Amino acid sequence: MRTANGVSRLITFGIRALTGAQARWVGCGPSPAQRIYFANHTSHCDFLLVLASLPLDLREATRPVAAADYWNQCALRRYLANKVFHAVAVDRSGMHREVNPLEPVMAALDQGNSLLFFPEGTRGTGEGLQPFKPGIFHIAAARPQIDLVPVWVDNAYRVMPKGSLLPVPLLCSVAFGKPVRLCEHESKEEFLQRLSGCLACLAGSESS
Amino acid sequence: MIGSRDGWIVFSGVTTSLLLASLIGFVLDRRLRSSPSRAVIANLNARIGAWWVMVLVLACALMAGRRPVILLFAFISFAALREFITLTTTRRADHVALAAGFLIVLPGQYILVWTQWYGVFTIFIPVYVFLMLPAFQIVHADTRDFLARNATMQWGLMISVYCISHVPALLMLSIPGHDPALLIVFSILVVQASDVFQYVFGKLFGRHPIAPAVSPSKTVEGLAGGLVCATALGAGLWWITPFNIWQAAAMSLLIAAMGFLGGLVMSAIKRDRGVKDWGRLVEGHGGILDRLDSVCFAAPIFFHLTRYFFST
Repeated sequence: MRTANGVSRLITFGIRALTGAQARWVGCGPSPAQRIYFANHTSHCDFLLVLASLPLDLREATRPVAAADYWNQCALRRYLANKVFHAVAVDRSGMHREVNPLEPVMAALDQGNSLLFFPEGTRGTGEGLQPFKPGIFHIAAARPQIDLVPVWVDNAYRVMPKGSLLPVPLLCSVAFGKPVRLCEHESKEEFLQRLSGCLACLAGSESS
Repeated sequence: MIGSRDGWIVFSGVTTSLLLASLIGFVLDRRLRSSPSRAVIANLNARIGAWWVMVLVLACALMAGRRPVILLFAFISFAALREFITLTTTRRADHVALAAGFLIVLPGQYILVWTQWYGVFTIFIPVYVFLMLPAFQIVHADTRDFLARNATMQWGLMISVYCISHVPALLMLSIPGHDPALLIVFSILVVQASDVFQYVFGKLFGRHPIAPAVSPSKTVEGLAGGLVCATALGAGLWWITPFNIWQAAAMSLLIAAMGFLGGLVMSAIKRDRGVKDWGRLVEGHGGILDRLDSVCFAAPIFFHLTRYFFST
């Protein structure tokens, strides 16, 4: 347990040293309130950068939501996901589901954890956002009192693109935007569209 | 290695000037608390604070010896290269070449400084890396913007690694009866003082911009004042160098002028990329390249002239 904690601190320190990891609280400040952070996804560095940008006490209360098929593949990945970063594993196969795949996410929320969510579902190419998966809508509908905080991770794709395990040290920044919630009578498509717009808007303000 | 009397005299001179600057900054801050020039004063004080840090770090490294100096400049090169590459456009296919730049080229150049292998030190990046880097990039067979991507990376390595490594490389020079660490003190002091004098003269008397399209803050008055003062300062420091007073003046004028060109060229690159600063590492100054743009251009010239005319 203590080793895993040490490994977690070492990795987050490493990613800071490598990328500078500038945290920019644009639309809200750091707060211990329960939150769902949702971010763009281009690299394995994404979740490390977001966690490293959070103050230590918030970092320890925040769990990344990760794909079970990928992070359960080998012992190292399982160790990192389960023991070091306390990831919430989600089954994204969708084929033979007997239980609701969002079950573990709801359980984590009920334990009071904040979550880090990548609604694109998989890592993109760094050029624009991919369409959001509906999972985040179902979570927001089931727990409408929790703030959703948009998070834009800039430059992580160039640090470690999909298919590469060799990180290149480049400056990255993480911007936290204005929290949003599901409105009454808002349809799934509208909501996902709005969340995607929040991220794109944050990206625009970041680059200017 | 710089515990000598000369070193201490220069160090006390620099700290006295900084104390004076801090005092002026403090008084200005008190006097002009509610005036519109508050932001300028705040930036001035942030810059002075950063100067304290930079002077103390460099002084500690110089006192600790040759190897700490080399390690310090290797780290500076790392930060500079990271700023440079961050601002450029690279593609997925460049990833391996970029990693090689950080993991092989940068350490390689500083190992050559460390082992004092002068012959390879001067040609490693301009010849070997120049030829091998495009080979790394071509593996992915992505030809879009190939020349631009390759040239950008080579330029970044030349400026951030090759040019900056010429500062610690001064320690390679053997000049009878002279401590080469003082050459580092002399060149950095003259080039940076030139920047400061240009800034001060520009702010006080600047009327005619030199290159408004490139850098609106650079003026004829600033440049003239900066060059004259830097030359006078360098001439006044002849006793820490192997030069006589006229040679020291000429060398100072030359490196201050190179420093000015460096600032101008690096501004043009920033303008092309649509940014004001290279980064945020140095409080009040921007990135490390904002502070070292002049040193990048001055160091190799100073190194080669000193080596050619004065070393044995």
